[in-house]
Amino acid sequence: MKRYSAFAIAREALRGHTGWDRAWARAEPKAAYDVIIVGAGGHGLATAYYLGRNHGIRNVAILEKGWLGGGNTGRNTTIIRSNYLQDPSAAIYEKSRSLYETLSQELNYNVMFSPRGVMMLAQTHHEVRGYQRTAHANALQGVATEFIAPAKVKELCPIINIDGPRYPVLGALWQPRGGTARHDAVAWGYARACSDMGMHVLQKTEVTGVRSENGQVTGVETNRGFIGCGKLGIVVAGHSGVLADMAGFRLPIESVALQALVSEPIKPCMDVVVMANTVHGYMSQSDKGEMVIGGGADGYNNYTQRGSFHHIEETVRALIETFPMISRLKMLRQWGGIVDMTGDRSPIISKTPLGGCFINCGWGTGGFKAIPGSGWAMAELMVKGASPLADDFSLGRFREGRFIDESVAAGVAH
Amino acid sequence: MLILQCPCCGVDADETELSPGGEAHLKRYGPGSSEDDFEGYLFMRENPKGVHFERWRHAHGCGKWFHAARCTVTLEVFGTYPAQSYAPPQDILDRIAARRPGWRWREFA
Ligand SMILES: Cc1cc2nc3c(=O)[nH]c(=O)nc-3n(C[C@H](O)[C@H](O)[C@H](O)COP(=O)(O)OP(=O)(O)OC[C@H]3O[C@@H](n4cnc5c(N)ncnc54)[C@H](O)[C@@H]3O)c2cc1C
Ligand SMILES: [Zn+2]
Repeated sequence: MKRYSAFAIAREALRGHTGWDRAWARAEPKAAYDVIIVGAGGHGLATAYYLGRNHGIRNVAILEKGWLGGGNTGRNTTIIRSNYLQDPSAAIYEKSRSLYETLSQELNYNVMFSPRGVMMLAQTHHEVRGYQRTAHANALQGVATEFIAPAKVKELCPIINIDGPRYPVLGALWQPRGGTARHDAVAWGYARACSDMGMHVLQKTEVTGVRSENGQVTGVETNRGFIGCGKLGIVVAGHSGVLADMAGFRLPIESVALQALVSEPIKPCMDVVVMANTVHGYMSQSDKGEMVIGGGADGYNNYTQRGSFHHIEETVRALIETFPMISRLKMLRQWGGIVDMTGDRSPIISKTPLGGCFINCGWGTGGFKAIPGSGWAMAELMVKGASPLADDFSLGRFREGRFIDESVAAGVAH
Repeated sequence: MLILQCPCCGVDADETELSPGGEAHLKRYGPGSSEDDFEGYLFMRENPKGVHFERWRHAHGCGKWFHAARCTVTLEVFGTYPAQSYAPPQDILDRIAARRPGWRWREFA
């Protein structure tokens, strides 16, 4: 792989940009691999990457039914934070956030990680107490957050209306090293690094069945024929139920639509991420100047990647009250992704009832921030059968009552 | 916009009038049941890409619960039926079979 650098840009400028390599090789499927990962979203690609980087396993294929990052990874609003309440969450999200800090250098691919700070507004007394509690928990977990007063909120984000009539801002949970990153670049950067290690990134390759013998996975049926594998990692977010059905087990997951929208680009007016969970809305400004807006998930099982209009209306209504200056903005685009929701709003990184088959899912509305840490943990689990970051997130936790309850902490958990 | 006819009051209600209530026909398990049964009842969920049976409440209308048969891919509605049903009625099952050959959902098909 030719490295990207300032020198490379200068060199290619002089020879008419004829020397750039493809970022990842176009491969034909082999008859079998040591490991197959289903789903080339961020989590699947990161799993493959850390299998190679941390464990030396490189005979790996990543199968994707559509295009790289075309699932939730390419549809999300890219908030990165690790200010969760429970210890297992803080551990994996903070591992992930810290990997993001150096990911561009590590992958030699600019993922545009921008630790501009994430602010979660407290707009009810209940929320004030909740976020103060989270700030204390984070202090014990070694996650740098603090609870800040309304004046500080206004200073960090002057366009906020802190004394709105219904929900005045009473403070905020502030994580200065949270922020955003470029979603596509995270998928592309990992894919390029995987391809460089000799792995096969196979797009337009849909898994249609899972084959097993004596309770042990042997491979997958695809639209390009059968492909054998020693181990299988299912990392398909909204389609986890469909893949679990093929592999013969059930999941505590339901798939629903989550929507987002962006405005026309405007001059820089906001250099932090603001989440307002009571009123169900959050916003940041992209490098292009668009206001990136999201809200709560829709309520019922849905695979349409569309969502319902009244949820958009609810989000926009909440944000106009919080940021009155956006009331005249035109919205450019709206879209939906299918998110995989668990009852305790925490992910599943686990062995499954099928031998050799592992699953990573349930990230729901908030897994973009977790991509590096989740891939790290999933790779370790697949190789060693256990991982300190993953073990609390096993499927067995529901049966055993070991919930990792993040649902009380935030109404909108991105 | 999803529109369901409430079998209690007969109104064609759009989704802003309705509250989704999750998977239908769950069998409740009580004291003395096995761990598998509890796990299945409390946590495991059907999550089909296709035909689904659900509970809904006509929250901003008559307030009553009812059942709906729906496709999660096209949002096509196959029919609604009273909450007091242990299984989907035969006419709805027939309609689904005609529209989605080969469909399956738990023990109902
Ligand atoms: C609107 C929206 C906003 C969000 N905002 C945030 C945010 O601000 N911060 C945050 O942290 N998270 C956010 N999220 C959540 C985040 O996007 C997801 O948790 C994360 O991207 C999941 O990544 P993934 O790799 O698991 O899944 P995906 O990126 O969905 O990848 C799964 C892949 O599997 C493929 N696949 C499915 N079935 C098959 C099959 N049979 N064969 C082969 N391939 C298959 C799919 O095509 C897909 O590409 C948001 C999500 C949405 C929808
Ligand atoms: Zn009614």
